[in-house]
Amino acid sequence: MIRLEARPQPSAVMAYATPVLAVLLTMIFGGVLFAVLGKDPLQAITTIFWEPVFGEFAFFYRPQLLIKGAPLVLIAIGLALGFKAGIWNIGAEGQYIVGAICGAAAGLAFYPTESVFIFPLMVLAGAFGGWAWAMIPGVLKVKFGTNEILVSLMLVYVAEQLLASMSLGLLKNPEGFGFPGSRNLQQYASAHNAELIAGTGMHWGVVAALVAVILAYALLARHRLGFAIRVTGEAPRAAKFGGVNPGRLILFCLGTSGLLAGLAGMFEVSGPAGQISIDFNVGYGFTAIIVAFLGRLNPLGIVAAGLLMALTYIGGDIAQSQLGLPAAAIQVFQGMLLFFLLALDVLTNYRVRLGTGEVTT
Amino acid sequence: MDLSAINPVLLIAAMIAAATPILLAAIGELVVERAGVLNLGVEGMMITGAVCGFIITVNIGSPTVGFIAAAIGGAVLSLLFAFLTQIALANQVASGLALTLFGLGLSALMGQSYVGIKPPRVEATPLGPLADIPVIGPIVFGHDMVVYIGLAIVAATWATLKFTRTGLVLRAVGENHDAAHALGYKVKRIRTLAILFGGACAGLGGAYISLVRVPQWTEGMTAGVGWIALALVVFASWKPWRVLLGAYLFGGITQLQLNLQGAGVAIPVEYLAMSPYIVTIIVLVILSADKSRAPGSLGRTFHASG
Repeated sequence: MIRLEARPQPSAVMAYATPVLAVLLTMIFGGVLFAVLGKDPLQAITTIFWEPVFGEFAFFYRPQLLIKGAPLVLIAIGLALGFKAGIWNIGAEGQYIVGAICGAAAGLAFYPTESVFIFPLMVLAGAFGGWAWAMIPGVLKVKFGTNEILVSLMLVYVAEQLLASMSLGLLKNPEGFGFPGSRNLQQYASAHNAELIAGTGMHWGVVAALVAVILAYALLARHRLGFAIRVTGEAPRAAKFGGVNPGRLILFCLGTSGLLAGLAGMFEVSGPAGQISIDFNVGYGFTAIIVAFLGRLNPLGIVAAGLLMALTYIGGDIAQSQLGLPAAAIQVFQGMLLFFLLALDVLTNYRVRLGTGEVTT
Repeated sequence: MDLSAINPVLLIAAMIAAATPILLAAIGELVVERAGVLNLGVEGMMITGAVCGFIITVNIGSPTVGFIAAAIGGAVLSLLFAFLTQIALANQVASGLALTLFGLGLSALMGQSYVGIKPPRVEATPLGPLADIPVIGPIVFGHDMVVYIGLAIVAATWATLKFTRTGLVLRAVGENHDAAHALGYKVKRIRTLAILFGGACAGLGGAYISLVRVPQWTEGMTAGVGWIALALVVFASWKPWRVLLGAYLFGGITQLQLNLQGAGVAIPVEYLAMSPYIVTIIVLVILSADKSRAPGSLGRTFHASG
């Protein structure tokens, strides 16, 4: 008989060990999955985790690590603030889309004028778009007590339709020969989120992600608001007695996560993606949920987790072209990681005891 | 625009069919939530059911076997959720999200060689001359078996929760798990069974989309129906008959906007396609003022301390 015994204090060792264990278990079970799909598991795992960083063409893939990691980290940082306080924004994908639409629209409005003010304006527009989209569940929750999980998620589907409508209508490239999609912002110098140092993948989104990590770290470790977030998550009643205003906290957490997701979308559309198109969003908003948990809702942990998830995206692409591994296999792989993470988390708060166990009194 | 192309009788019949997947998923989730568990993985279980049902139906040729497989598929996936939340004591919100993300990936993987195949038709229930009655015939008697099974499950759930000992125990576990535990009820076992039931219902609902509504397999084809079902449970204040009402409302809107798209209304297709989600939000706002009906232990982890 296996029993779980509550630890008086969460184990610090286990808190660090479980994400690593979860990654290892995911590799093992992922290997089994790849074997079932008829691929050499060892080769698949090395293709995913080794090839992009140390392989023959690593010089090509390494910049991708930053390009794919930045939006994940940026979104996950915002989500983690909310998750810590028990406020569940799971509609980051929608906020990412709306941020991209607003940012691109702000830039395209000035086409073809060239000015140094256009890009900063786009950044503001993108941030505002994401913030506003996240404020919908925020305000509804504060005013009417509506469940923010469901509202934020519903708004993802609304945003996807909005994206389709924009790329077929309002933002469609007038010189695009009727093809859906906006003008390519990469060819519009004032609006292009270009690489800051050529060949590194370093663009403004990466800078924004790093700034967000530092600010979030300072907020949680040093600021009163960060303390309020932590207390609300761990002991909501104590937080209330301590004078935390729950409504304001909800608006702050949802607003901030929306703002960061909007920024991520804006940097993506003006840089790596280049244009608003129907299939612009690739699920960063959902993967960021995994990143936030894998990083244990800790800003520094999220950086590591974001890079690891970026690695699975890149490695997955390589495995897809080299080994014919289906794209969905990577999605399963990422989902598995979250499972193991959640399952192993029990070891942080509980001790596993073997034996018959005495009669509980 | 040609609204006269919409036949009201066929529209109402189609609305009932459109409501069925939402109804099945929502009634399953209602039982889960009445047992005090919040399973946000409905979307994942639905899509898994959709792909399992589709694969089996295409390979075996029998939609009936396909629907059974879908229910099993959904239940097996929900078992993962039961393990995470009941044994590993993981956070229910996070575990539900994990289930959805995993289910979406798994279904895409399983279904990749089934894209573009047409499954065998699901025939209407042979009710003989009843189906030939004008107006009432096609609306009430012209459906396939699953529509009636959905209604039967709602009735059975209502009766079980209201009149039987099983229902009373289930509600006790959901309202106050500590008290139920003190009375000697196996909280975890009861909850696990409820989760399995929810998974089976969601799977069935998913298969109804891939085998009857569409009928085809495409990645992510449930498109948020699972989430609408979750909203529906709140909308229904955790009452079975209200779930039925809500499902017809949402099914109706879904079908109506599809028909309007077909009729070429001057509203762009994208904005019509948004409408079910926006209506869900509006309904949630109107009804979320009254939370008093929510099961007392909803979403809370139970661990019997020594």
